[in-house]
Amino acid sequence: MLFWVIVKVGLKSLWANKLRSLLAMLGIIIGVGAVIAMLAMGAGAKGQVMSRISAMGSNLLIVRPGQARGMGVIVGANQRLTLDDALALREVEGVRQLAPVVSGTQQIKYGNRNTRPSITATSTTYLPIRDFHVEKGRPFTEGEVESAARVVILGPVTANNLFDQDDPIGETVKLKGINFTVIGVLKAKGDQGFFNLDDQAFIPYTVGMKQVLGQDYLREINVQAFDGADLAKLQEDMTAVLRKRHRIPDGQPNDFDIRNQADLISSMMEINDTFTILLGSVAGISLLVGGIGIMNIMLVSVTERTREIGIRKAIGARRRSIMTQFLVEAIIISCLGGLMGVALGVAGARVIGAATQFVTQIELSSVLLSLSFSAIVGIFFGWYPARRAASLSPIEALRYE
Amino acid sequence: MMIDARNLRKTYRLGGTEVHALDGVDVQIDDGEMVAITGPSGSGKSTLMQILGCLDSADSGTYHLAGEDVSTLSEDRLADVRNRRIGFVFQSFNLLSRMNAIENVELPLLYAGHAGAKDKAEAALKTVGLNERGHHHPNQLSGGQRQRVAIARALITDPAILLADEPTGNLDTKTGDEIMALFASLNDQGRTVIVVTHELDIARKCRRQILIRDGKVCE
Repeated sequence: MLFWVIVKVGLKSLWANKLRSLLAMLGIIIGVGAVIAMLAMGAGAKGQVMSRISAMGSNLLIVRPGQARGMGVIVGANQRLTLDDALALREVEGVRQLAPVVSGTQQIKYGNRNTRPSITATSTTYLPIRDFHVEKGRPFTEGEVESAARVVILGPVTANNLFDQDDPIGETVKLKGINFTVIGVLKAKGDQGFFNLDDQAFIPYTVGMKQVLGQDYLREINVQAFDGADLAKLQEDMTAVLRKRHRIPDGQPNDFDIRNQADLISSMMEINDTFTILLGSVAGISLLVGGIGIMNIMLVSVTERTREIGIRKAIGARRRSIMTQFLVEAIIISCLGGLMGVALGVAGARVIGAATQFVTQIELSSVLLSLSFSAIVGIFFGWYPARRAASLSPIEALRYE
Repeated sequence: MMIDARNLRKTYRLGGTEVHALDGVDVQIDDGEMVAITGPSGSGKSTLMQILGCLDSADSGTYHLAGEDVSTLSEDRLADVRNRRIGFVFQSFNLLSRMNAIENVELPLLYAGHAGAKDKAEAALKTVGLNERGHHHPNQLSGGQRQRVAIARALITDPAILLADEPTGNLDTKTGDEIMALFASLNDQGRTVIVVTHELDIARKCRRQILIRDGKVCE
């Protein structure tokens, strides 16, 4: 019997039992929908992490105080990074430039408006290292940093919050009661999710550390290596310099942590992959349950259509024809369910992306994966009922009432 | 010789006791005969019909159908023999309710590997006197019409034998007579017709009767 005839017969018999077919599909619909939505969330998170990390600029090493990978206990009292540490690192071979960073959240006022962006107190090098560009006005100068000038550069969102459409350049804003002159506005980087890079204000660290943020120590040092520099070697050299400065005896762990982008990317990816596998397997289990649903319906269908099977056999259907017919029906159920599941998953991912702060990204591979998986589920769980139908004896089947 | 069955034996077990449904049956039927196989219920005529129809095999004995030894064929080969050589007509019509008359009639051809057999199906329906009912579903047809569709289905692969199992059992006398007349005219065209029935009136309409009693032929 020709294949398209079998497909037609299959569709017909499924159509004859619309509600039952739909219920049989439901497990697959939900399973595939879940797989696609979950994988879209995973891929979205991955893309987000990647863009955040690459937004930080290239060849970047970040030095932070404290141990990153202790056993839960932080050893050593001196967990501080100072400006002198930064100056010492400046001399390490391979370092192109670096920027000390102190940051915190502070209220900025302009007239009767105010906003609470993240304040970054740093040097002139920060903007080029982190790949920020000034859209209006100018960045601050070495001279302004040295003289602790009260100047501020605003992120586009912050500027908009305070000035709306007005030109902020040259205006005076108040930060912790101190007047600052706005000298520049940055080009937008786009929302990066959990932390908005465009809602920031930058001031010279010379004025920012003690007077605005009230801190004596650095939160991090951003180090930019020369292009093509050996980051691993540089990291080693920097570690040696800092260990010496902090007088850490051999055998003791570091009281600081140096990370490069690759480290960041791989650790984020690891978390992300674990997350994706977890969500994916939950979704996979629901696909499996869907398959069992199909098997159940197919077994009922075989019993119910025993007489039909008998008639078909009497007029010359071979085992194989009967087997194919029921198998095709199971595959139609699972594939139709799979297609509907794709629609549900895509819609679900869109809704999640629009309604929550999760970014979702539907990948073609996940659609193809779940579609072929649902076809496999159809074959696997349709096999036994189809075999049972095929091995019915024609006489018994014809006698069945 | 169309059918040459010798010494057929078939035993069933029913709750510990052995039932000899066929106990050494010899049946010879020539090309173009119209034969009734009769007997009271439980006589073994249904079992004989199933074996002659290649739905089942005998425990022992030989069966040649149109010269071919079918007593040792596998299940799938028997399906092919049923498809090519035998047209079944059943008491309860056994049409597929989801398909219309044409689709029912062309089904054996689909299993034979032919596609687009609609023309042939329509021609077969014409032969049995159902010109304009091709798109009706079985539940839209009367009993007599359903049996005609079943006969058209039986004829579609141009089989050597028509094997009818109580073909008039679900029909009123008048319709039953019409169906028997149809069989007779098909027989006139040279087709071998075997009618299994317990009704003597029906059996008498055939040119020869084979009486089965207690698993044996007593002609």
